[in-house]
This record gives sequence, structure tokens and C-alpha cells, in this order.
Amino acid sequence: MKAPWTAGEKPQVHSIARSGDLVHIRQAIRALSQKCRLSLVDQTKMITAASELARNTLIYGGGGTVTSGLVSAGNKQGVAAVFEDSGPGIPDVEQAMTDGWTSGGGLGLGLSGARRLVDDFELVTAPGEGTSVTIVKWVR
Amino acid sequence: MAKRDNAVDLVGLLSVEGQDLAATWVREVSGSLKGRVGTAELDRELRELYDALLDALRQGATDVHADQMSEVRALLTELSRNRARQGFSPSETAVSIFALKRVLEPLLQEGSADDVRAYLELGRVLDGLGLFTIESYSQTREEIITAQAEQLLELSTPVVRLWDGVIAVPLVGTLDSARTQVVMEKLLQALVDTGSEQAIIDITGVPAVDTQVAQHLLKTIVAARLMGAECTVSGISPQIAQTIVALGIEFDDIVTKASLADALKLALRRSGVDLVAHEGAQR
Ligand SMILES: Nc1ncnc2c1ncn2[C@@H]1O[C@H](COP(=O)(O)OP(=O)(O)O)[C@@H](O)[C@H]1O
Ligand SMILES: [Mg+2]
Repeated sequence: MKAPWTAGEKPQVHSIARSGDLVHIRQAIRALSQKCRLSLVDQTKMITAASELARNTLIYGGGGTVTSGLVSAGNKQGVAAVFEDSGPGIPDVEQAMTDGWTSGGGLGLGLSGARRLVDDFELVTAPGEGTSVTIVKWVR
Repeated sequence: MAKRDNAVDLVGLLSVEGQDLAATWVREVSGSLKGRVGTAELDRELRELYDALLDALRQGATDVHADQMSEVRALLTELSRNRARQGFSPSETAVSIFALKRVLEPLLQEGSADDVRAYLELGRVLDGLGLFTIESYSQTREEIITAQAEQLLELSTPVVRLWDGVIAVPLVGTLDSARTQVVMEKLLQALVDTGSEQAIIDITGVPAVDTQVAQHLLKTIVAARLMGAECTVSGISPQIAQTIVALGIEFDDIVTKASLADALKLALRRSGVDLVAHEGAQR
């Protein structure tokens, strides 16, 4: 899936290099969610999903970037974010997507939870090739 | 061999008129800082730097990263730190170094071709030193900002005593892991200090709870239990409740209340306090 960025709205790129960056990313996603008028519940879900994925990019991917912006398809409007790193990749995606599975000391609910929080979710990864996760939340 | 000759040239350029040049440099810089650094202090700073630079060049240093420049770097770091703390801009800081180039310019008028070459060479060294000050400057600024953020962290997490044996932490704003950690540690410490057995964590002011924040909350509640205290989480907004459920976080055996008032009522009841409304009470 390639995020269908809305024409004329340039997606922004934020770097994910330290934990302080997560605050800015949550703020950027909040601003976009408000701009396209997601409901308060959907805003919170999108921000939380972004927070999870950004932290994974930082902790497991060794840092990377997030590209976020408004998207549209037909007459649907939404917010998308693409998290990319060139870290070790995920060797067993099914396992990583299992509720409660963590290779670190987390709750193991970031990836699987983020998928439930958004409308579109795509994970592309290969061992040694890094990881990319795209999420979209559409306005209802 | 060539390097050695070069070094001698640079030293020559800076020590032809010895003391005089350093004085001109101090005057030049002093003008650009408009008296915001005391003349005596500036004089000391720049003369030390001048001597250290001459020494380094004498020993054959050709750029700012050379081993022989370590004294110069130390002095520059200190200078940049001071300027950053005193609120000068990066340009106002670096200008102290670049001003030395201007000081040397008049010497070129009757200078030989060798002098010009030496000047250009020294110019490159000074450019390096100037960039070095800017780097130390920004590093100091970052340290200042980090320190302020840490202070804010401390400031923004009060633990309040609501009643004998009941304490509360109202959380407001984004909860990053550092902040959550601080809050939780303070809460546990306050339980000990006040001998309380009831704690309320109010998250009314928190815009989002992700798995890491939830994990910190859960750990704190478990730790509090081990200390014989009970925690109630209050102020979970509808949107956060839905998000927590969708994430799959289990808050099952944690007591939650919609509002801080409800949580306080529960805590009081648990500590054996009866709230009695007097009939016909006048207010
Ligand atoms: N960007 C990534 N790069 C490499 N591995 C990852 C990445 N994101 C997630 N993982 C792996 O997937 C596991 C599950 O992630 P997650 O569901 O967020 O749980 P947690 O962060 O609590 O470990 C992680 O423990 C890690 O092994
Ligand atoms: Mg995670």
C-alpha cells in the first residue's frame, strides 16, 4: 500500500532519533487529525497508534523517520503515517503481531494494538532490510 | 618539512607585533559585544586564547582538531559555554574568533606573497576554530534546554495529600516515559513519607495512554500493593477508555473511577471515614 497523499498537501517528514521526538510526532499527528476533523475518539486512536509505532521504530529499528499527512481516496479523507527504519527487520511477522509477544520488556501490544486502532495497516519487513509500517485513519 | 615551514610562517604572522595584536583583537571584539562582557574578563579570555593558539601553531598544529590544539579547544569550549549561558547569539560568540582575521588584515598591505599565503592558511585555521565555537555553543544550549525540561518534569508532578492516609497525583499533559517514571517514583515515595494506604492517580488531563504509559501505571500499582497500599485510577475519558480496550491492555483488576471525586469517596470509605450529610445543614 502506498499512502494516497492528498494532492497539494505535502506530507511532512519527522526524524525518530530520540525519545523526545515522540512528543513532536504525537503533536504533529494530533494537528493533522484535527485538520481533517477526525472524531475525538479516532484522533486519540490515531495518536496512540502513532506513538506505538514511533517507539518501535526508535527502540527496535534503531531510529528512522515518519512521513505523515492528509490522504484522500474517492471522496474519503483521512490521515496517514508511514514509519520507516533500516534496522534488523522482523524475522517472524506472525509472532510479532501476536498479542502479548515481545522481544524486549514491553507489553507486546504495540503492533497488534495499533492494527486494531486504525482502518488500514500495512507492515513490510524483511530480516536485515528494515521495517516500514503504514497506517491510515479515515474520517467517518 | 613543508608543514614545519608553514607553521613558522603562521607564528610569524601572529607575533610580529606581539602583544599589540592581542590588544587590537580585544578592542575589536569588545566593540562587537557592546560592553556586555567586562573588558577585564574579555582581555583575560582572549589573551589566554591568543597565547594558546601561538603555542599550538609553534608545535605545528594545522587545524582545530590537531592534538596540539587541545588547550585551544578547552579555552574555546569555555568561552562558548559562557556566551551561551549569558544569552549571546551564536554569531556574537563566533565573531570573537573571526575578528582576529580582521585584526590581521592591515598587516597584508605591505606583506610579501608568503605573508598572504600564511594569512590564508591561518584564515582556514580560524574558520575551523569559529565553527568549533558554534558547535560548543549549541551543545551548551541543548544542555540548558534538557536541564530545563528536567526541572519542568519535577515541577509538573505534584503529589498532594487529600486526606489523612489518602494521596493523589493529578497527571496533566503528555506522558512520556521519563515523566511517567518520575511521577511513579514520587508517588511510591509519598506513600512511604506520609504513611498513606490509599493513592489516586488522576489522568483527566492526559490526552493519550499508550502501552508504555499503561505499563508504567500497572507497575506502579503493583509496587504500591506490595507496600500495602491501594491505587485507584480516575479520570479515564471515554476516548482513552476505548483506546485502551482496542489496544488490548488489561486493566481488569485495577479499580477505576470516572472522576477524582468518586475516587476520593472510595478511598475514604476504604480508610474507614464516614461522610455524613447533615440534614438541614446551612452553608
Ligand atoms: N521496527 C521494528 N524493527 C524490528 N523489530 C520490531 C519493530 N517493531 C516491532 N518489532 C518486534 O515486534 C515485537 C512486538 O512489538 P510490539 O507489539 O510493539 O511490542 P513491544 O514493543 O511491547 O515489544 C517487538 O518486541 C520487536 O521484537
Ligand atoms: Mg512496541
